[in-house]
Amino acid sequence: MSSHDKPIAREASYGYDRQTLDYIRHAAAHGLYEIRGMGAKRALPNFDDLVFLGASLSRYPLEGYREKCSTKTVLGTRFASKPIELDIPITIAGMSFGSLSANVKEALGRAASEAGTSTTTGDGGMTEEERQSSKTLVYQCLPSRYGFNPDDVRRADAIEMVIGQGAKPGGGGMLLGQKVSARVAQMRTLPPGIDQRSACRHPDWTGPDDLAIKIQELRELTDWEKPIYVKVGATRTFNDVKLAVHAGADVVVVDGMQGGTAATQTCFIEHVGIPTLAAVRQAVDALEDLNMKGTVQLIVSGGIRSGPDVAKALAMGADAVSIGQGVLIALGCNHDSYFRNGAHHDATADYAALGTAPGYCHHCHTGKCPVGITTQDDALAQRLTPEVGARHLKNYLKTLTMELTTLARACGKQNVHHLEPEDLVALTVEAAAMARIPLAGTNWIPGASAI
Amino acid sequence: MERMSFDLAQTPLRELNAFLHREASAGRVKQVVVTHPDGAHNIAVGLDCPVEVEIVGHAGYYAGGMNKLASITVTGSAGTGVAENMMSGRVHVKGFASNGAGASMHGGLLVIDGDAGLRCGISLKGGDIVVGGSVGSFSAFMAQAGRMVICGDAGDALGDSLYEAVLYVKGRIKSLGADARIEAMTEADHATVKALLDAAGMAHDPRDFKRVASARNLYHWNADADQEY
Repeated sequence: MSSHDKPIAREASYGYDRQTLDYIRHAAAHGLYEIRGMGAKRALPNFDDLVFLGASLSRYPLEGYREKCSTKTVLGTRFASKPIELDIPITIAGMSFGSLSANVKEALGRAASEAGTSTTTGDGGMTEEERQSSKTLVYQCLPSRYGFNPDDVRRADAIEMVIGQGAKPGGGGMLLGQKVSARVAQMRTLPPGIDQRSACRHPDWTGPDDLAIKIQELRELTDWEKPIYVKVGATRTFNDVKLAVHAGADVVVVDGMQGGTAATQTCFIEHVGIPTLAAVRQAVDALEDLNMKGTVQLIVSGGIRSGPDVAKALAMGADAVSIGQGVLIALGCNHDSYFRNGAHHDATADYAALGTAPGYCHHCHTGKCPVGITTQDDALAQRLTPEVGARHLKNYLKTLTMELTTLARACGKQNVHHLEPEDLVALTVEAAAMARIPLAGTNWIPGASAI
Repeated sequence: MERMSFDLAQTPLRELNAFLHREASAGRVKQVVVTHPDGAHNIAVGLDCPVEVEIVGHAGYYAGGMNKLASITVTGSAGTGVAENMMSGRVHVKGFASNGAGASMHGGLLVIDGDAGLRCGISLKGGDIVVGGSVGSFSAFMAQAGRMVICGDAGDALGDSLYEAVLYVKGRIKSLGADARIEAMTEADHATVKALLDAAGMAHDPRDFKRVASARNLYHWNADADQEY
C-alpha cells in the first residue's frame, strides 16, 4: 500500500469534539454569544436517579385505585390573609406574554383553572386573556418591571418577587426583536421590533434588607391579603432561602438549573446554577434550620416532567412544584405536527427552515415556533388554539396527579404531602450526595455518614 | 370629613394605609396630614384617588410608591424608591431623595427640590421627574419613556442603555452611559423644559439645559457594539 493509499485517521478529540468545533466557528463568524430557548441539555443528576421504596411488610400500602389520597395544597399561610388553595401541588411556572402567544397564555389559564391550580404571569405584565381564564393567577414582579402596575397587583391572587431564574441566575431576560410585536411593545413601553434586554437587578432595592421593605410595600398596597412568593434561581440556595424567609416571603420558589427560558445565552443555560436535585435539599435544610418548614411553603421547579418527579420533589420536602417546559411540550412543543380544524398538519418543513427538527428545537427566541407556541406571529399563533392547548395541558396535569397519588398510595400515604425522604433511595453516588438520600441498598449518604 | 391627621408615633402604618385605601378612595376625605413619620417606610403606598397627603418630616423607603392620582408631599427628605412605579398624580419631596427615586415610574410628576441619589429615574417608563439639585450615578439607567429635568449635575453613566426617555441637564455631566448622547436642544425642548420647571415651581432658563437621548445603537444585537450591552 503506498503512502497515498493510507487510510485517513479519524480519531476524534475529546476536548475539541464536533460541538466544540462548531461553537468556536460560530463565535469566530458572528462575534456574539449564542442565544437560545429551553433549558440545560447536558446530563445532570436528576429525579430519575431516585426511586421510591414502596410499601411491603414494614410499610402498609393504600389500595391503589379506591382509597383517598389528598392532593390539596395551601400556599401562603405565613402572613397573607388570603392564602392560595389549590387542588393539586402542581402549578404552572411564570412564562411571559411575549415569549408565548396570547392563545397559549389563555390555554394555560384555562387548563390550570380546570385542574384546580394556579398559573403565573411573566416578564411583560398581565394580559386580559390570562386574568380572565385563570381562576388563580400569580403576578410576577420582575427586575424589568415591564407592564407592572398596582391595578394588576390588586387583581392578582398572589405576587411573586422574581430574584432569579434557574436557566440564568444572575442574568436578565431578553426578547429578540422579531417577538416584540406592537402589542408586546405597548405593554412593555418599548419601540416595536427592538431586541429587548431586561435588567438583572431590581431598580429600587438591593439586598435582603431592602427586599424586606419592598415586600412590606406590596403587603401594604394589598392590605396584607395576598401571599408573596420569592423566586430564586438555584445557586447558593441554602443562604438564599434563608434570606428570602428573613425578607418576609410566604412562599419560596427555587428554580434549578434545568429550568427553561424563552431566550438567553447558552453559556448561562449550561454553565450557571446547580441541579434541582441539589437545590431542593439545600432549600429544605434552610427552612428546617430556621424552624420554618410548614410555615413558609417551598415550590420547586426546573426539569419537573412527570408524576414521579413531582412525587420525589414532595418527598424531599417541597410543598408544590412548578412546571414550564413540560407544560409547553404538552401543548405541542417539539411535536412534528400541529392540530387545527380537526386535522393534524405537518410542521417538519418549518422546523427545517429554522435549521432544526422536531425533538431538537430550542428556537423559542426566533419567534418562528413551528407549532405556534413561542411566537407573536399571528399566522403561526393560530396553530394552537386555546381550546386545543387547554385540553392537552389538562390531560397532562391529570396524568401527573394520577401518577403522584399512585406513588403516594404505594408508600402508604393518604396525603401526597406525607411523602418523606425516608421513602426514597438514590441510584447513583452523585444523586445520593446532592439529595442526601442514601444510596440504594445502603445507609450511605456521601458526605454525611460512613459506609 | 375633609381633613384627617395621623400621628405615626401613635398610629400603626397599616392603619394609615388602610384608611387611605378605603376612606380616601371612597371620597370621604380630601386631605391627610401625617406627622412624626420619622423615616418610616411605605407611607402612603398604593393610593388610587385624588387625595392630598402631606408627610411632615422625613419618609423612609417607597413613600408614595405606585401612586395613582394622589398628590403627596414630603416636607423633609425621602428614602430609597420614592414614588417608585408611580402611575399618575404628583409626589413632591422638599428635601433630598435617596437612591432609585422615581424608579420604573409610568406617569405623573415627581419633584425633588434637593439632590437625588444613585439611579434616579432608573427604568423610567413614563411621566416626568424634575430634580432641583444633582443626581447620582446610573440615573435614568434603561429609561424607556418619559422626561427628566436635572437642574444640577449628573453623576457617572447618565442614561446608560437609554431607550426613548429624554433627559435635560443644566449642570455638568460626569459621564454618559452606553448609547446615551448629547443632542441639540430644539424650540420644542425649550418649551418642554419650561413647562416642567413651571410645574415643579422652579425657575431656570431652559436655554441653559442640554438634551440627552439614546443614540439607538443598542436596539439590535450587534457584534460591533464592543461589549456595550
